[in-house]
Amino acid sequence: MREGWLWLLAAWAICTKDFRAEFRTRYALSAIGLFAITTLTVVSFSLGPFGLSRDLLGALLWVVLFFSAMAGLSRAFVHEEEAHTAPALRLAAPPGAVYLGKFLFNLFLLLALEVVVLPLFIVLMGLEMGNPGGFLLVLALGDLGLAGVTTVVAAMVAQAGARSALFTVLSFPLLLPLLVSSIEGTRLALQGAGLDAVWPSLQVLLAYAVALFTTSLALFPLIWTER
Amino acid sequence: MRRVSLRLSALAHFWVKEKGPSALAPGKVALGIWVTAVILAAFLLDARRLGTLGQGARIIFFHIPVAWVTVVAFLLSSVHSVLYLAKRRRMNDRRAASAAGLGIVFCLLATLSGSIFARITWGSFWNWDPRETTIFFLLLFYAAYFALRVAVADEEARAMLSAAYNVLGLVVVPFLVFVAPRLSALAGLHPEPILNVQGRLDMDPAALGVFLAALLGFTGIFFWAYDLNNRAMELEEQCLEQEVEYGG
Repeated sequence: MREGWLWLLAAWAICTKDFRAEFRTRYALSAIGLFAITTLTVVSFSLGPFGLSRDLLGALLWVVLFFSAMAGLSRAFVHEEEAHTAPALRLAAPPGAVYLGKFLFNLFLLLALEVVVLPLFIVLMGLEMGNPGGFLLVLALGDLGLAGVTTVVAAMVAQAGARSALFTVLSFPLLLPLLVSSIEGTRLALQGAGLDAVWPSLQVLLAYAVALFTTSLALFPLIWTER
Repeated sequence: MRRVSLRLSALAHFWVKEKGPSALAPGKVALGIWVTAVILAAFLLDARRLGTLGQGARIIFFHIPVAWVTVVAFLLSSVHSVLYLAKRRRMNDRRAASAAGLGIVFCLLATLSGSIFARITWGSFWNWDPRETTIFFLLLFYAAYFALRVAVADEEARAMLSAAYNVLGLVVVPFLVFVAPRLSALAGLHPEPILNVQGRLDMDPAALGVFLAALLGFTGIFFWAYDLNNRAMELEEQCLEQEVEYGG
């Protein structure tokens, strides 16, 4: 029992440490935020005047979110390697706690990204939501899966030579089912379908998040070792 | 470039060592005759036996076996990755990479032949039908797998990271198989599996014979190439080791 608490505390400490480091440089936040605003501008600028249907807007929103996430979420681990703090972190906390802490940090980054992107997207593209509750649920579960996969891939990429490009290349195939079902769920929710229609997408997203989180947690000790 | 030349010299070494009567091992000759016969049969089979698709259906004898081999190859690669994570034997890492590399070749062939087949039967080269989506995922995933392998210099790290990535892919595949059918309005263009749930056969007996022979032949080609690839990779590794020992 006590062990479990200590483990969670270690994870939380890592998460807050990353926050403190992040607010000193604001590297990841500015990379993600500016990337999101850039893509949003391009989308709105070129497609805004055409009054796109909600089907297309949902897909576009996910394209913006996905590529913005790719711009900054590898930071969690790449930063540790660059600053040569990874060995100290390995000594300080068990691998599972490191994964959970970085996972939480990435989740918060994603939420911050959405707090910026969503209102702008609604305003710029004239998005009307049929079923806001269902939409937020899809977004929340999508975030869980996205954070789970990006965290473990970031840990892999940090160990590999070429960094930023490899992160997107490795993440995309793994995230394909997540993208497909969250775009599907978002489309239905935007059209105003009830929760029972969105439910299958939510089920897939939840199962995906749980399966990838547990697999990543199990694989993490093998990835996160001194070499 | 250096690795390519090493691979070539390893292959050349292998060729020289194996040349002479032993190069014509009976298994290899049998495989060659078998596959030649299959190709001839696939093209010479009476068109009336091919069903409603007519001449266009001949591609079935190549497309489905190649797709089948793709699945076998990637499954083999995943199994070796899991074994590597469990036992940490270098041999498993090598085999995982070897099977995945051949899998990509067969996957490309399956994608190309499938795309041509789709054009003939459905009218367009690409439709995002569930199986098209899945095979596209496999192509992308294993391309990423090799991008990862190339990026990691340290041998042990490379083996570990690529095995872990392979296992993550293994977890994702069921989701894709479940999600893809709901993807688009065009979902489900592929016919029922030849051997469907009731075990009922929808094929002319002669055509079925050719088809099964092709399945066997292509599987044989895969395992022959897989064995060859494994041995070449092993030799390549030995060459590298010797170079390290004697300082080039």
